[in-house]
Amino acid sequence: MTQKTAQVDLKKLKPYGDIMGDGTLQVCFTIPVEPSPEAREAAIQFCEKMGLDHIKVATMEKAADGFSLFVIYGNLKHTVDFTKIHVVKVDAEKRSREEIDELIKTKIGRKLVVIGACTGYDAHTVGIDAIMNMKGFAGDYGLERYQWIDARNLGAQVLNDELLKRALAEQADAVLVSKVVTQHNIHMRDMKDLMNRARQMGLLEKMVFVAGGPRVTHPLALECGFDAGFGVGTKPSDVASYIVEEFLRRQSQGVSKEQREEAPQRAKSKVRPTRTKSRIAKSGKRQAKSKR
Amino acid sequence: MAHLHLDPKKISHCRELANKISSPVEGLINTHTTVAIERASLRLIGVEGAVQQEKQVVPEVNIIIQDLLHEGVLGRGALKWFVNGMIRTKMTPSELSSQVARRKIKLSALSQAPASEIAQKAHELCKGAVERLIQSREKRDAYRADLKDPFDPTGRNGPLLYVIVATGNIFEDVIQAKAAAQAGADAIAVIRSTAQSLLDYVPHGATTEGFGGTYATQENFRIMRKALDEEGQRLGRYIRLTNYCSGLCMPEIAALGAMERLDFLLNDAMYGILFRDINMKRTLIDQHFSRRIIALSRIVIHTGEDNYLTTADAIENGHQVLASQFINERFALNARMTEDLMGLGHAQEMDPAHPNVFLLEIARAQMTRDIFPSSPIKFMPPTRHKCGDIFYSHLMDAMFNFVGVLTGQTIQLLGMPTEAMHTPLLQDRWMSIKNAKYIFNGARDLGKEITYQPNGVIEKWAEKVLDDTVAHLEMINKKGLFRAIEERAFAEVSRREEGGKGHDGVIRRDQQYLNPFFDLL
Repeated sequence: MTQKTAQVDLKKLKPYGDIMGDGTLQVCFTIPVEPSPEAREAAIQFCEKMGLDHIKVATMEKAADGFSLFVIYGNLKHTVDFTKIHVVKVDAEKRSREEIDELIKTKIGRKLVVIGACTGYDAHTVGIDAIMNMKGFAGDYGLERYQWIDARNLGAQVLNDELLKRALAEQADAVLVSKVVTQHNIHMRDMKDLMNRARQMGLLEKMVFVAGGPRVTHPLALECGFDAGFGVGTKPSDVASYIVEEFLRRQSQGVSKEQREEAPQRAKSKVRPTRTKSRIAKSGKRQAKSKR
Repeated sequence: MAHLHLDPKKISHCRELANKISSPVEGLINTHTTVAIERASLRLIGVEGAVQQEKQVVPEVNIIIQDLLHEGVLGRGALKWFVNGMIRTKMTPSELSSQVARRKIKLSALSQAPASEIAQKAHELCKGAVERLIQSREKRDAYRADLKDPFDPTGRNGPLLYVIVATGNIFEDVIQAKAAAQAGADAIAVIRSTAQSLLDYVPHGATTEGFGGTYATQENFRIMRKALDEEGQRLGRYIRLTNYCSGLCMPEIAALGAMERLDFLLNDAMYGILFRDINMKRTLIDQHFSRRIIALSRIVIHTGEDNYLTTADAIENGHQVLASQFINERFALNARMTEDLMGLGHAQEMDPAHPNVFLLEIARAQMTRDIFPSSPIKFMPPTRHKCGDIFYSHLMDAMFNFVGVLTGQTIQLLGMPTEAMHTPLLQDRWMSIKNAKYIFNGARDLGKEITYQPNGVIEKWAEKVLDDTVAHLEMINKKGLFRAIEERAFAEVSRREEGGKGHDGVIRRDQQYLNPFFDLL
């Protein structure tokens, strides 16, 4: 007997249930009408509009007076060309705490100052604490534990202005911002406001700005003007790896900038760091929009 | 019900230590007042209005108290000035407050009536206010009796199903709350807009916008209370309403909650200090007055020890929770509350990957039940180790419900599958309630069928936590509460005695200080 299962077609990728290419999808939603044959038909029509075939209503439940809840399965008609996907990612080699400490010690020769806070009216410190506090998260020690990082966690409800003033006064090398509350997109408004203020204060070149939170993504952080963004499941060493690498990258670019000033005719051929950044920011924006 | 064999001498030693720890604070409480206590006192006698100032709506009580504070005369008590104003102008509280808040009358500039006349009139007004609170309480008792409400603080009748709504719009909250009640919820909390605890005023009127929750206002309390009363009548069950009595307006929220007949208030003696960086003195003075109101109105408080476990590790810090529960219990007793009103809080927040994690969670839940047998223990769901995997989260909640029913917890805040994603959707709450009903029903009497193995893992863990608690309370007692908090006795947070928000709102009482509520509540 010859084995007969189809190979995955990356040019026409589909969700997988139990047969390659079946496109199986499970959806759950509530509609604000009483359960009825008409409500069921409405739910099916929603799924048809989403591009589902062979729609099976697994359950229609009365979630409350005037509300019905559906669990539905169907087969997605659409495909995605996986080979053409391009995602903007944080560009840093993953290193261990020991490696990061060693890198700072040998390449920088002084402690990196990292200031972190949960900004605006957001009171949820769980994220910033997981990254910064000694204990860390999921067995990965926090930045306070790093010998060559001077980590200062300002806690919750720190106003943008206050955070930047502290960062300036303490000559921070990196600023970490945690955002948890996202209702009415308040996290994005706060993040953009912070970066506008940082720009006005001339801090963009001096410090690495990093955003984090359960609903934060790298493209979203770029859209708000940050250098990088980290989402769910990020470990302290992920953040530290990035900060060190970005710091070193800027340091080497700083050197080349000085060289440029000495020999301006050569500088033209080089890509200026600010331009690179704005290009990433633009593509990040597109990415973030297409994701929604 | 299965019980642990904990040494009663160690438990009573903890209570003695908590008493010693709280007693220096009592001196502070008896010699000081705060802007929030003074505002709450005016609210209780019927000052309810607000004034439009530029783009902001400012409550009249804030303007009145702020003016007295700036004039340096608040140490005599707002009632002294306000009641004198009523005598001089022959106005009702709302008429006078409206005039004062619009700066048409200056209270401190009016001639003084004889002290005895002011004291007598103030006493009458406060007595009237207290009678209104008692009426409100009796109305709740009547509703409960009428609907044969089965709530039992000791947890004998199984955990109460408690959920939150948090849309930001009070009218949308009503829809969500009614839906939750229909699905089987017994109590509804309207989560406050994030950082309301740091506002030094209570917002005014019905509100339709908030962040991560809905503003606590007197009008919003009324709207939700009415909705739940109606829904409860329709469903034949008494539905409880919860709000948050913490932050810079703790006494005012207690006053409003008591007047508008709330059933539960989140209220903790130290939460504001640790998690909102509110000044220690302000918090401790405010918590006392708020609890005096709560005691009279027989509202059940929920303390905030669950928060310690979201900030610090839940396996390592069980003793901090227990130590704080003893301290919260003592401060509540000092404010004349009875044990059946103390919903001491804790949470199931241990790392789900830890070996035998449920044995440790059962030990913690059972010891909390056994050490505070008359108190309505509030059990909070996993949040710290939840991420976007809603199916796994739902399973974690199921195990949390199982531990809750097994160990006789009283008030179970149901976990949401979408914790760490968004404020709960209607369908999230529905799923969660269905989960709890299944498990609470299916394992209802399991706790009566089992015993804990003497010297087993569960008993030993409970004993260890109790021993650590004794040591922790001894350390706090030796250092004093303020210094201990500075040195991170709780939740790995350090706060200074003179630091934090709201310190400028703490005022030493003048010898002529007048506030009959301290005698009447």
